[in-house]
Amino acid sequence: MSWLENVRISLRGLNANKLRSSLTVLGILIGVGAVIILVAVGTGSSQAVQNRIKALGTNTITVLGTGRFGRGPATTGTQTRAATLTAADVGLLQDRTQAPDILTVSPVDSTSVTATNGAATSTMTVTGTTPTYIGASDFQLQAGRNLTSSDVTAHTRVAVVGTTLVSDLFSAGANPIGSVISLGSLQVQIVGVLATKGSTGNNDPNAVAIIPYTTAQDRLTGYSASFSELIVQSRSSSDINAAESEAASILAGANHTTVSALPFNFLNEGSLLSTSQSTNQTFTVLLGAVAAISLLVGGIGIMNIMLVTVTERTREIGIRKAIGAPKSAILGQFLTEAVILSLIGGVAGVIIGVAGSHFRIVGVQPVLSWQSIVEAFGVAVAVGVFFGFYPANRAASMRPIDALRYE
Amino acid sequence: MAIPPPERADVAVPPPEGADIDVPPPEGPPRRPVISLRKITKVYRMGEIEVAALRGVSLDVLPGELVSVMGASGSGKSTMMNILGCLDTPSSGRYLLDGVDVRRLDETILARVRNRKIGFVFQSFNLIPRTSAVANVEMPLAYAGVGARERRARAMAALEEVGLADRAHHLPNELSGGQQQRAAVARAIATNPSLILADEPTGNLDTRSTHEIMDIFARLNQDGRTVVLITHEPEVAELTRRIVRLRDGLVLSDESTAGEHLHASDMGAR
Ligand SMILES: Nc1ncnc2c1ncn2[C@@H]1O[C@H](COP(=O)(O)OP(=O)(O)OP(=O)(O)O)[C@@H](O)[C@H]1O
Ligand SMILES: [Mg+2]
Repeated sequence: MSWLENVRISLRGLNANKLRSSLTVLGILIGVGAVIILVAVGTGSSQAVQNRIKALGTNTITVLGTGRFGRGPATTGTQTRAATLTAADVGLLQDRTQAPDILTVSPVDSTSVTATNGAATSTMTVTGTTPTYIGASDFQLQAGRNLTSSDVTAHTRVAVVGTTLVSDLFSAGANPIGSVISLGSLQVQIVGVLATKGSTGNNDPNAVAIIPYTTAQDRLTGYSASFSELIVQSRSSSDINAAESEAASILAGANHTTVSALPFNFLNEGSLLSTSQSTNQTFTVLLGAVAAISLLVGGIGIMNIMLVTVTERTREIGIRKAIGAPKSAILGQFLTEAVILSLIGGVAGVIIGVAGSHFRIVGVQPVLSWQSIVEAFGVAVAVGVFFGFYPANRAASMRPIDALRYE
Repeated sequence: MAIPPPERADVAVPPPEGADIDVPPPEGPPRRPVISLRKITKVYRMGEIEVAALRGVSLDVLPGELVSVMGASGSGKSTMMNILGCLDTPSSGRYLLDGVDVRRLDETILARVRNRKIGFVFQSFNLIPRTSAVANVEMPLAYAGVGARERRARAMAALEEVGLADRAHHLPNELSGGQQQRAAVARAIATNPSLILADEPTGNLDTRSTHEIMDIFARLNQDGRTVVLITHEPEVAELTRRIVRLRDGLVLSDESTAGEHLHASDMGAR
C-alpha cells in the first residue's frame, strides 16, 4: 500500500473525530508556539541588554577612585597617603610607549546640581572632564561644538549639554546654543548639544552638562587635584583587557604599590558584556526548557489520543486484519495519524509562534531565532512518531481474532 | 460484469473444464483438499477454567465443494471457522491449507493468505463504519496493492456481482441488513479468492435476504469457488451438497446430499 493511501486512510480516521483531533493538535500547537515565542523573548531581552551595554562603548574601562565613594583612604604598607586619581595619572596613562593600547583617558569629576534658565529649573549631573570624554562615553554631538583643550587650560565657562537639559530648561524649538544658564552657582554658556543616548539603567544619561574639569573644580566640585573616575578608552574592543592591565600597572607604579593592592576599581565594559551574555543565555535556556515541557505534555496528549483511538477502533483493526491487512499497514496507518496530528500542530505552532513574536511581550521585542523554529518543529514531529509508535504497534500486533472479539 | 475465475494455489488442480458440478468428479487422480484439518483442538483458558471448544476435529474439503456446517450453539462451529480463516490458531493438530501447514507461515504470509486466498463473511457483516460500501469493498484490494483506478473497477464489479452497484456510495448504516451482508460478500470476493468462508452469513437476515445471499453463494460455487458456511437453518443447509454436523467440539456426522440440484430459489417450495 502506498504512503499516499496511508495518508488518505489516516485523514479519514482523524476526520471522523474532529474535536478530539483538534484538541490534540492544540496541545502540540501550544507547545511549539510557546517554544518559539519564549525563546524569541529570551533572545530579544538578551539582545536589548547587550545593546545597552554596547551603547556604553565596549572599549572603555572605568577606573573608579575610592575617596569620593566613601571607601576611606587606602593605606598600604609604607604608604599612608590616600591613593587618588590625579591629573598626573591622566598624563602617565596617555604615554604611548607605556600604554600602547590606550587611546584616550578622560578624567571625570561629577556632581549633581540644580540647573536654571530664567524660571525653569532641573536637576542635572555636571561632569567636569576633557574633550575626549564625549567620544569615550559614546555620546555624539548633535549641534554646536565639543569642549576643546584650550577650554580646559583656560578654565572656560562653557558647557555641552544633553537633550533632557535642553527640553527642561528651554521651550520647544528654541536654539539653546549661545544661551547662558546657571549650574548651581556657576554660569556657563552652552556651546554644544549632545544627541539623545539610550538609557543603560535608571539614570537618564541625557540629563547632563559637560564642562571642562578645570571649570568644575573652580566652582562646583572644589579643587582637590583628584578625580572621581577616569574613563580609559582602548584602541579597539579586542585590546580592552591589555589596556586594562596597562592602566593598572601604570597606576600601581604611580602609587608605589602592586596591582592587586591598588585601591581602584576597574569596570571593564567588555567583561560586563560577556557576563550579561552568559546570564541571558541561561535565561533563554530556562524559558526554552519551560516551553519544551509543554511540548512534551503535548506529545503525551498525542499518545493518549492514539491509545483511545486504537482501543476504540480495535474492531476495525480486527476487520482490516481479517481481510488481509499486514502488520506494516496497520502500523503505518496509526503512525501516520500521529505524525499528521503533530505535523499540523507543528506547522500551526510555527505560524502562531512567528506571528506572536512580532508583538512586544512584557516590554521586550522578541527576536525570532531560526534555530528554535526548526528545533521546535522537529521535536514536535519526533514527539508524534515517538508517542504514536507505542499505540500503533499495539494495534498492529493484535491477533485478528482478538481484535474482532474486542467489545 | 463477470468475476474472473478464482485464483488457485499452484498446488491445487483446477476442476476439469466444463465439468458439471452436479455429477461426482470424474475418474482420475484424487484431488488434493483445499482444507485439511487433522485432529484440531482448541482450548480456551479463562483463568482456572479450561474450555475445550474443539476436541479433535478432522475434516477435508475438496476444491469446488459447497459445505455447510451445522451444530448446536457452543458446539465449536465459529471456533473452527476462525481457524479455517487463519484468524485464530489451533491449540493442537494440523491445518493444511492447499497442502501447506499454516503453522509454518509467518504473519506477513498469513496476511497475504487472508487477503488473496480466503474471503471471510461474518455473521455481523463487520463493515467498517463511516466508510462507503465501495470503499469497504476496495479495502482488501488496497492491501493487495491494486492501483486506485483498477481497484475501483474491481470493487464495482464485485458489488455488481451481489446486485448492490446502485448502493455503492451508501454508508453501512444507510444499508439494510441484507444489503450490508451483500456488501460484505462483495468485499470477501473482491480479491477473487478461491475459498469463501462464511460464519452464519444469513443468521441476522429475513427469508428474502437469506435467499439473495444463498443465491450468491450458489453462484460463486458454480464459478468454481470452494464455499464453507455455517448455518443454523436446515433449509439453508439443505441447499448445499454436504452437511457437516458438530457436537461438543467433535464432528458428529458428515453427509453428502449429492445428486440433488438445489438452488436457493427452491427454498421457499420446501
Ligand atoms: N474467546 C473465548 N474464550 C473462551 N471461551 C470461548 C471463546 N470463544 C468461544 N468459547 C467457547 O467455546 C465454545 C465454542 O464456541 P463457538 O463460538 O465456536 O460456538 P458456536 O458453535 O459458534 O456457537 P453459536 O452457534 O452460538 O455461534 C463455547 O463453549 C464458547 O463458550
Ligand atoms: Mg458461532
